[in-house]
Amino acid sequence: MTLKQHSILPGFGLTMGFTLFYLSLIVLIPLAGLLLKSATISWDQFYAAVTDPQVVASYKITFGASLVAASVNAVFGLAVAWVLVRYSFPGKNIVDAMVDLPFAMPTAVSGIALTAIYAPNGWIGRWLDPLGIEVAYTQLGIMVALTFIGLPFVVRTLQPALEDMDVEIEEAAASLGATRLQTFVRVIFPAIMPALLTGFALAFARALGEYGSVVFISGNLPMKTQIVPLLIMTKLEQYNYAEAAAIAVVALGASFAVLLFINIVQWWSRRYAA
Amino acid sequence: MKHTENIRCRAAAATTESRWVRWLLIGVSLTFLGLFLAMPLAAVFAQALSRGWAMYVRSLGDSDALSAIRLTLLVALIAVPVNTVFGVAAAWAIAKFQFFGKSVLITLIDLPYSVSPVISGMVLVLLFGRQGWLGPWLEARGIHVVFAVSGIVLATLFVTFPFVARELIPLMQAQGTEEEEAARLLGASGWQTFRRVTLPNIKWGLLYGVILCNARAMGEFGAVSVVSGHIRGETNTMPLHVEVLYNEYNTTAAFAVASLLALLALVTLVLKSVLQWKTGEQLTPEEQGYTGD
Repeated sequence: MTLKQHSILPGFGLTMGFTLFYLSLIVLIPLAGLLLKSATISWDQFYAAVTDPQVVASYKITFGASLVAASVNAVFGLAVAWVLVRYSFPGKNIVDAMVDLPFAMPTAVSGIALTAIYAPNGWIGRWLDPLGIEVAYTQLGIMVALTFIGLPFVVRTLQPALEDMDVEIEEAAASLGATRLQTFVRVIFPAIMPALLTGFALAFARALGEYGSVVFISGNLPMKTQIVPLLIMTKLEQYNYAEAAAIAVVALGASFAVLLFINIVQWWSRRYAA
Repeated sequence: MKHTENIRCRAAAATTESRWVRWLLIGVSLTFLGLFLAMPLAAVFAQALSRGWAMYVRSLGDSDALSAIRLTLLVALIAVPVNTVFGVAAAWAIAKFQFFGKSVLITLIDLPYSVSPVISGMVLVLLFGRQGWLGPWLEARGIHVVFAVSGIVLATLFVTFPFVARELIPLMQAQGTEEEEAARLLGASGWQTFRRVTLPNIKWGLLYGVILCNARAMGEFGAVSVVSGHIRGETNTMPLHVEVLYNEYNTTAAFAVASLLALLALVTLVLKSVLQWKTGEQLTPEEQGYTGD
């Protein structure tokens, strides 16, 4: 067996060589440096660093807020995707393009804009404040920012799945006497379930690592509103590199686990579809 | 005639919802998008102009703001072309040839997407910082990476690494190799084949990748924030300058600089829609590869 099949097209050596060189230089060597750094402390020190109460609290806050945000997006993202694929209404194309705004907007800008809106004197904050609901500088604020940032993942993953659905299947369900709700619950929903799960997981994975849009609205109180990326930032500012690296390794492990989950869902849905 | 129309109407009704369900869903969706998308966008411009047009112009004309704008443009001007060259080279190698370990290579190229921006910046500090592996050696030779422009460029290269490659690989794989092989058999050189056959085929996808790469390069915050050191007038990019101004309670000036970045986002969205309409496809977030800051 040869490593590469013969081809009459030129440039394999050059492009492959450059790709591997540049990939190693920019991505692989720096990431390997992180693993080596976290290996410079003993296992006990590593364990102590990643299970410190303040660190554990930040895992819980990040995980919980990401889970809530991804769930909110799963519900409303499904509604948005459905409306954009199935119905027509004035301004639909503009609304469709706007869904990508959280991707295109620099996160620092989103962060200060959301903080301005939800501060006690902001556009929404002033209505919530008399009701005793505080959003800015609380965990609720973190959830709002993570919902903003995760929305396009759910919508953009669901849209192609909804477009690919055959109308015939729905017609068959209707002709067999199913109500519209039954058709949705029994026919449409199972078919788009893998896409919904993938979108949910992508939004969740993004939320776990998000920094820019959260840092302004969260207030950064240890044990209360300090997310994992902020905690890493704080450790770095204290020149506590080894502990920062240890926490980063745990955070990276979590996002790779979510990615693995996404791959399993997609493999499973392909097998199911075939 | 009347009869068939009647049947067609009923067939349509069987695969859609009643009028009030439709309007309820549209209403819920638009309210949600209005609260979460339109309102933050409007807030940026409202806050930026809250103390009048003159104040807005003065905020943007400030020398620190101008140097932040210059630095952001410089970083994008380096990072985007370098990652574009890489993206084209990687896509050529991956899409036009069969070799062992291809899917592993694609996974490795995607890696920066799944790394939190803060961690992306941090790996550079661990490597080039004062206590880092290479830092002391480089500093002895007068080369500074952390808290310097070169660190910002490296961080931006890392986070925008996959954008162009990820756009081109599926596109070039779908196009196959027949056209290029025909060009070669007719006597075209490798470079001629690429320029006259491949490039026209991938130009819209390439432009799409470049636009997304640029938006991220100019807007990156987390990774750049770790390596920059926030030195005003020296290592502050526009997003970092927004943060500095905001933390100094200079809200109007912060939103003025932010409004330029919001405009960039709007231009990106318009170009994206035009290109999508041109190529007639809707890309999933994984294909667009948005997973970072």
